[in-house]
Amino acid sequence: MMADNSLFIDFAYIAASVLFIVGIKMLSRPERARRGNMLSALGMLIAVVASLIECCISFTWIIPGLIIGSALGVVAARMVQMTAMPQMVALLNGFGGIASLLIGWENYHSEPAAAPFVTVAVLLAVLIGGLTFSGSMIAYAKLAERISGKPVRFAGQKAVNGAVLLTILIGGALFLLNPTAFYAYPLFMLIVLLSLALGVLGVIPIGGADMPVVIALLNSYSGLAGCAAGFIILNNVLIVAGALVGASGVILSGVMCKAMNRSLANVLFGGLQGNGKRSAEAEVQGAVKPISAEEAYFVLEAARSVVIVPGYGMAVAQAQHAVRELGEILERNGAEVRYAIHPVAGRMPGHMNVLLAEANVLYEQLAEMDDVNPAMETVDVCLVIGANDVVNPAAREVPSSPIYGMPIIDADKARTVIVLKRSMASGFAGIENPLFTKDNTRMLFGDAKAMAQQMVSEFKSAA
Amino acid sequence: MSFGLLFFVFILAIFLGVELISKVPSQLHTPLMSGTNAISGITIVGALTAAGTGADLTASLLGTMAVIFATINVVGGYLVTDRMLAMFKRKEREELK
Repeated sequence: MMADNSLFIDFAYIAASVLFIVGIKMLSRPERARRGNMLSALGMLIAVVASLIECCISFTWIIPGLIIGSALGVVAARMVQMTAMPQMVALLNGFGGIASLLIGWENYHSEPAAAPFVTVAVLLAVLIGGLTFSGSMIAYAKLAERISGKPVRFAGQKAVNGAVLLTILIGGALFLLNPTAFYAYPLFMLIVLLSLALGVLGVIPIGGADMPVVIALLNSYSGLAGCAAGFIILNNVLIVAGALVGASGVILSGVMCKAMNRSLANVLFGGLQGNGKRSAEAEVQGAVKPISAEEAYFVLEAARSVVIVPGYGMAVAQAQHAVRELGEILERNGAEVRYAIHPVAGRMPGHMNVLLAEANVLYEQLAEMDDVNPAMETVDVCLVIGANDVVNPAAREVPSSPIYGMPIIDADKARTVIVLKRSMASGFAGIENPLFTKDNTRMLFGDAKAMAQQMVSEFKSAA
Repeated sequence: MSFGLLFFVFILAIFLGVELISKVPSQLHTPLMSGTNAISGITIVGALTAAGTGADLTASLLGTMAVIFATINVVGGYLVTDRMLAMFKRKEREELK
């Protein structure tokens, strides 16, 4: 009986691992992606059922835990708006991290005298899980604008962070020498607290604009924390799944760093040094030319080709539906309409694609940066909606600019540029944008959604 | 299962992950992120073990909290990914018409 059971469980874990792999593989094609995600969820269900059969002496605690967690998960997934997806991912990611920390803690609490490599795994689960949790919470707060997105810096910051990490390492080594000593439990709790502190300290100096990189990286950590938990309970499926996620986060953060022309180390430790001061030479080359929605309509009405560049401002204003409507009206008016999406537009890679998909914009209208840039000179109107840094020509022209060298969408090369923006405030990265004062640029100030709707109604009343 | 074998699996899985993830197009990176995030909720297996085998009340409470957090991660992560991917798919169908 016992042997039968364990054979079944082994097969169940193998099936779960295979389903995760196939699920991710199917994500490479949009038309199969949803089925892939369902297969991956099925894998998770199989793994959960197998571990319920395998693990448990008592279900007293498990059942309420599963019910509460499921209820909260369903509510969160239903309620969240597509525009708030980056902070949602940060939050869920943090929960995965704290779960790994708690697993490590429970394991040490119940079985202090475990094999040395299990104790190492416990420490890793606590360290990585802890900093994933607290780091994700800070990232969440910055993205949801519960706290300021500005980098928080203080003198000796790097030294403090280094000291915390060093204390964790030394404490961990002392702990490993004798996990059952009288001082071991307090030492363990100190490591828990310092791991949480390290996550906070590591993320506060990073500006809001770099949060997508941070989330991708923390996602990777939560996978590695899962691996550590797998080493604790000696379970392959945790290790396979955790390693897949670990790889995913590293690749995504690499993609984003490349799109910003910066190294990961620069994002994590360097930070942008600009913040408004250094851009003096880039600004005041001309005056801002504000226009009304009506004037914008006249420009758009005459346009034969329009490129729309969406950014986070579109998300904040929930303007994606109004923008799609404007795009459709422009097409009916005879213009060729495309949406140019920068790899780091929004607060997470692919964020604009999700929003435009929500608004039913067709795939074939979505273009990547490298597809639109070569032909930008032939575009009549480039309509920038709530994007800023990703169309900042300083990245091409001003070597002293903090974002110099970052690949951008060359909006300024279009015949006319209309920038729809709430105010002249600089972007998330805090850098002035010389695009706004160029000769061919017109500024349309206002809420992205309201302005897009106004332009739509101008078209309608004209027809 | 020996540590060496687990480590072997870990290394192989990382290489597999790199191969798989690098084939996902950038337009699907947000659902990829939330989908892999849901997969990282696999710690739920460890959490169940922790909650079901705890030595005392403290251990059971720690394990139960781990179960709650991991379950939110799993359920929320998969559902929200499905919501996003459903939008991509719906559009695909309309395109065929």
